[in-house]
Amino acid sequence: MTRKKRRLVLIACSVGVVALAAGLILNALRDSIVFFHSPTEIVAKHLAPGSRARLGGLVKEGSIVRSDKLDVRFEVTDGNETVPVTYHGILPDLFREGQGVIAEGALDNAGHFKADSVLAKHDEKYMPKEVADALKKQGHWKDDYDKKVGSTGGQVQ
Amino acid sequence: MPLIDLANPSRFLAFAERALPWLAGLTAALLAVGLYLALFVAPDDYQQGATVKIMFLHVPFAWLSMMCWGLMSIAGLGTLVWRHPLADVTAKAAAPIGAAFTFLCLLTGSLWGRPMWGTYWVWDARLTSVLVLFLMYLGLLALWRAVDDPSRAARAAAILTIVGAINIPIIKFSVDWWNTLHQSASVLRMGGPAIDPTILRPLLVMALAMTFLFATLLIGAMRNEILRRRVRDLERQGVTRRSGANTP
Repeated sequence: MTRKKRRLVLIACSVGVVALAAGLILNALRDSIVFFHSPTEIVAKHLAPGSRARLGGLVKEGSIVRSDKLDVRFEVTDGNETVPVTYHGILPDLFREGQGVIAEGALDNAGHFKADSVLAKHDEKYMPKEVADALKKQGHWKDDYDKKVGSTGGQVQ
Repeated sequence: MPLIDLANPSRFLAFAERALPWLAGLTAALLAVGLYLALFVAPDDYQQGATVKIMFLHVPFAWLSMMCWGLMSIAGLGTLVWRHPLADVTAKAAAPIGAAFTFLCLLTGSLWGRPMWGTYWVWDARLTSVLVLFLMYLGLLALWRAVDDPSRAARAAAILTIVGAINIPIIKFSVDWWNTLHQSASVLRMGGPAIDPTILRPLLVMALAMTFLFATLLIGAMRNEILRRRVRDLERQGVTRRSGANTP
């Protein structure tokens, strides 16, 4: 083996070891790296009232109730479980039914998630309005939404 | 001219002198076409409206910030395995450009996040891993300056670069491995791009334009670095000759 080859093998091995270490660390920290938890996880964990968490999912169709003075109530769903959320404040422009949202806050004693911030999470699709309207007209819009809600255990795209 | 000849610094200088005006011209033309397509031809997004136009800058910056680290890693191998001086020059010249592109990626992303997500910044896996990339670029710049001997500096920087390359797949797949606020990949994804062709085409032109911008800046910076090293060597020779003449 020439010296160059030996150096190459040495580097490859070191990178492999460091990559393995990084992989193990990231895997061990998985729970704190995720940015939010799905309603299913929140319910399964029996999150104690008052302990802070981020709840992520889709705003359930027909669940938004607005009252005057910026108070709003809605439900966040992942198709499996649904958590009611209350929020007081200005919502992001993209907030609407069927939209991905991430609410940060804590459960109150009644089991409502009291959010102090609500962020909108949009998907990776970009298209002009006409294409979106055409898809809606052909009825291909909703399947996508249903698939998204149905197939994920929290991975809201 | 075979590509391997470019590995010779003198040949590279000759190539750079001839290629730079063409590269700069091509970059300007592509940027003009790309910006025209992005600003005036591409339609608004159905849910984001005109805000989507930030993508035409943000995404090319993001791609190039990662590509630049990949290029520096290959150069790092050239430094460590083949001890090639032009590899040192490539890595050193690329670092500040990569840092600038990463900073612009973070800045445009932040300005995009405020109107769409409702926040300038969150500590999700994608945003954090890109910030780590930016900090590593800064660390690399500091390392290049901290070590005086250029070939020792190159070796230290190469090790940091190759270890740091592990962050690149983490950035790419962060949106798939963990829940993030940042959406998943739109272009390089299973099942093809999720962007309508009318928006995707201007984006690809902008990406090509930014790639040429990167190449122009890199080749220019490499030329400067080679010349700087030659000047330093000449100065050192001059000093030794003069001090040699003084001692009997």
